[in-house]
Amino acid sequence: MTLWLWVLAASAAVYATKLAGHLVPGAWLRHPLVGRISGLMTVALLAALVTMNTVDGDDGLAFDARLGALAAAAVALLLRAPFIVVVLVGAAAAAGLRLLGLS
Amino acid sequence: MSAPADAAHAARAGRRMRARLTPATRTGLSIAAAVSLYGLSFGALSAAAGMTFWQTVALSALLFSGGSQFAFIGILSGGGAPAAALGASTLLSARNTLYGVQMKALLDPRGARRLLAAQLTIDETAATAMSQSTDAERRRGFWVTGVACYTGWNLATAAGALLGDVVGEPEALGLDGAVVAAFLALLWPRLRGAEPWALAVAAALVTALTMPTLPAGAPVLLAAVVAIGWGLASRRRGGAGREETSNDSPDDAATEEARR
Repeated sequence: MTLWLWVLAASAAVYATKLAGHLVPGAWLRHPLVGRISGLMTVALLAALVTMNTVDGDDGLAFDARLGALAAAAVALLLRAPFIVVVLVGAAAAAGLRLLGLS
Repeated sequence: MSAPADAAHAARAGRRMRARLTPATRTGLSIAAAVSLYGLSFGALSAAAGMTFWQTVALSALLFSGGSQFAFIGILSGGGAPAAALGASTLLSARNTLYGVQMKALLDPRGARRLLAAQLTIDETAATAMSQSTDAERRRGFWVTGVACYTGWNLATAAGALLGDVVGEPEALGLDGAVVAAFLALLWPRLRGAEPWALAVAAALVTALTMPTLPAGAPVLLAAVVAIGWGLASRRRGGAGREETSNDSPDDAATEEARR
């Protein structure tokens, strides 16, 4: 029963973190510097998400088939493949490398 | 923008809104397909960590933030205190606050939609919305990704909790590679010119170098700090001389375009 309370408390806490961003006063967002930083932050956050999802390991960093997926996806993007193809290429590369026992 | 241009833009947006499979819609659905299947392993792991079926379902329905959910059950199954599980899942969700600010700037949902948008403010929806280039596509990207991820993630969670160990590792299907590829594909169109490349590399390095030492979730926040520092530093540089100011203007135009 107490575990239920923790589940609900954690859900409320996480919802609060999500809502907090939406409650920032609109006037703050109209400053030109905020616009510039917002554009920069998009690049930085996406780069961080790519990195985290590529090398995240149980104990620090792990270098495995996901690096191959990253490289294969980059090649697909250079060849101007559509989004879904890039995603499938990433999955195929990771699955293929594991099948071959390379990582 | 002038009123006639606004009207023309709105009309174009309206026509696009009716089109069924725009790039943002397809992006959202592809991401949701890859990410949702991870709900299977969350459901199975949560059951293995000692959560009941309904507690597992509640985590996906109410908490709804993949990283935070895995942290929550991971700490419990490792014998950690529930308070530590709550702390870790909240810290991991701190980046959702940043996404919330971005989503407010890009979409500005009002009333009940704002409360719903907040619940759907996660990596996947923010990344999809941020990477679109028009207001209509940003809005569509956010909501399609959000609704599809929420539905898929919750169904997969319930299935995983019921099936338990029967569910294989998502890694065998290369799903982790799909997620990496999806985020890279969202970043890719932004990497035009030297500045975004330099910033992306800096953010990636900061993330990778701090991952082994900082608590999970914190490196992404540090990458955001890098972006803020970058913005402040380049503004100061821009104010220093005329030449630099003119160099900065294309960036500002690009940022402005990116925000619209």
